Amino acid sequence: MTVLTIARLTVREAARRRVLWALAVLTLALLTLSGWGFSRLTGLDTEFGDLTSGQARLIASQLLNLVMFGLSLIAALGTAFLAGPTVAGEVESGMALSVLARPVRRSAVLLGKWLGLVTVGCGYVVVAGLAQFLVVRWAVGYWPPDPAAGLALLAAQTIALLTLGLLLSSVISPMASGVVAVGLFGATWVAGIVGNVGQVLGNEGVERVGTVSRALLPTDGLWRGAMHAFQDPSALATMGAEGAGFPFLSEAPLAVAYLLWAVFWVAMVWGLTALVLSRRDV
Amino acid sequence: MAAEDMTVGDTRTAAQLVAELPDSPAVWCSGLRKRYRRRTAVDGVSFAVGRGEVVGLLGPNGAGKTSVIKMLLGLVHPDAGEVMVLGRPGSDPMSRARVGYLPELFRYQPWLTATEVLALHARLARVRMTDGDSHDRLAAVGLEGRAGDRVGGFSKGMQQRLGLAVALVGRPELVVLDEPTSALDPIGRVDVRDLVLSLKEQGVAVLLNSHLIGEVERVCDRVVILDAGRVAAAGTLEELLGRREVRMHLTGVDGRAEARLRAAGEVSASRDRYTVVLPADDDGATVPALVADLVALGVGVHAVEPARISLEERLLGILRAGHPGEGHR
Repeated sequence: MTVLTIARLTVREAARRRVLWALAVLTLALLTLSGWGFSRLTGLDTEFGDLTSGQARLIASQLLNLVMFGLSLIAALGTAFLAGPTVAGEVESGMALSVLARPVRRSAVLLGKWLGLVTVGCGYVVVAGLAQFLVVRWAVGYWPPDPAAGLALLAAQTIALLTLGLLLSSVISPMASGVVAVGLFGATWVAGIVGNVGQVLGNEGVERVGTVSRALLPTDGLWRGAMHAFQDPSALATMGAEGAGFPFLSEAPLAVAYLLWAVFWVAMVWGLTALVLSRRDV
Repeated sequence: MAAEDMTVGDTRTAAQLVAELPDSPAVWCSGLRKRYRRRTAVDGVSFAVGRGEVVGLLGPNGAGKTSVIKMLLGLVHPDAGEVMVLGRPGSDPMSRARVGYLPELFRYQPWLTATEVLALHARLARVRMTDGDSHDRLAAVGLEGRAGDRVGGFSKGMQQRLGLAVALVGRPELVVLDEPTSALDPIGRVDVRDLVLSLKEQGVAVLLNSHLIGEVERVCDRVVILDAGRVAAAGTLEELLGRREVRMHLTGVDGRAEARLRAAGEVSASRDRYTVVLPADDDGATVPALVADLVALGVGVHAVEPARISLEERLLGILRAGHPGEGHR
């Protein structure tokens, strides 16, 4: 009961504070620009001559990953900055006092906020992602091989980041928590690319940077799984060894063990947040 | 069959025993302690608020009043001590099922309307609230015309009024008001006083933290005075304010009249102004009898003024006694 009440309140906050509007406007801009760009791919005159429809599909598959990364960035930034003010902000402003003085468990309030943020984040990823797929299909006739799994992994990436945002917001100030969450998200992505470069160069030490960062914060690992579900299966074969270092191409689907680790990671961070919150004076 | 009868009989007896038990206090706390880093904010505070009783929490800034209130409501974790609220341990969230709270730092979701804030708190308190209830609550605090407006557009005073309405959601048995008039105009302060008196009439216990000592003196049955995290004094107003006096303007006082005055109580005089300290067990008959006797003795009685030191004087006296070297506070 408390969980659903707080979840509804969180979704309503996102709607009333015009967060959903801002997301919609940003996404519409991204969709329009990408639609225009994709439509120019077919019949593009390059130094190698006109692109065939097959080549266009290949490029479209990689460009789709690039645009989806843009979408995931909007979702990540949006939810991280929504999660930021959640605990620290409400305690600072005094809004938490009257709510927590009710017969409610703090863990139930936290679960409600988490569910509300998950609904907003995942809802956005699914709607905006599907719209992007339709735009690409209209422009170049490309449809990703496994759209459902890809969107689910993208949603999981958003969940991982917003859970981290909640933990940070229960220990540091609202503004700092948003900045740190987004900073870590970016750093993990860059570390993933560095790891890939290490792989191409055959340097195990550099390669390990990516592996370790993907274990510490699973956003980049989940993103790579999502990319694999979006990209054309022939892309890797065409790009060959050089493809491994390309940031918008994923070599392999996500391992079940990594997926389980991501689920455990989210549960662990959530549990830690609940523990911090239960001990905190408000 | 007999055994069954006996069980039924035992159950009835147990139920009767429980029913006949006196109600646990609305709030009971013992030995509350809280340190924030190196500073001790609360140091061994113990007191109780009986059912239907209005208790004022007084003390200077930083005395630990808000920390004590937050510990009672499970918002701040005490380092030591116990709390019972409405018969349940303070650590149990259900102890707050029938508690209304207006925080000192009051702020409500600015993106919700006043009605939606009340509905949210009704759901959190697990009570059913009809549109009529919601309207009545807002009308009781003078916000009936702003029910559908977003809280973000409310002035501080209106937000504090909304906070009072929120504290009344779910027919509370205990209402905790932390500085409930800090943002209110004089009319608002009178409204709060009337509200507390109406809660008192309904048998709702109230714990009131206020700097407005006059208000506390008017509405509270008992007062707990905190200073530097400790209970400096506690008791009913009669106990705390102690001695009652009568000041008299008399002429023609002779030896017999002076003896009569001394018989009534300790006398101090300055020219023709006399102050008599009344006995603690005075039932109200001492002053009329004294005046009648003085008149019979031929004394000219020009004025008789019953007097009692104010709570403010008493509070300042207690606080100064606790800080002898600091002059006035």
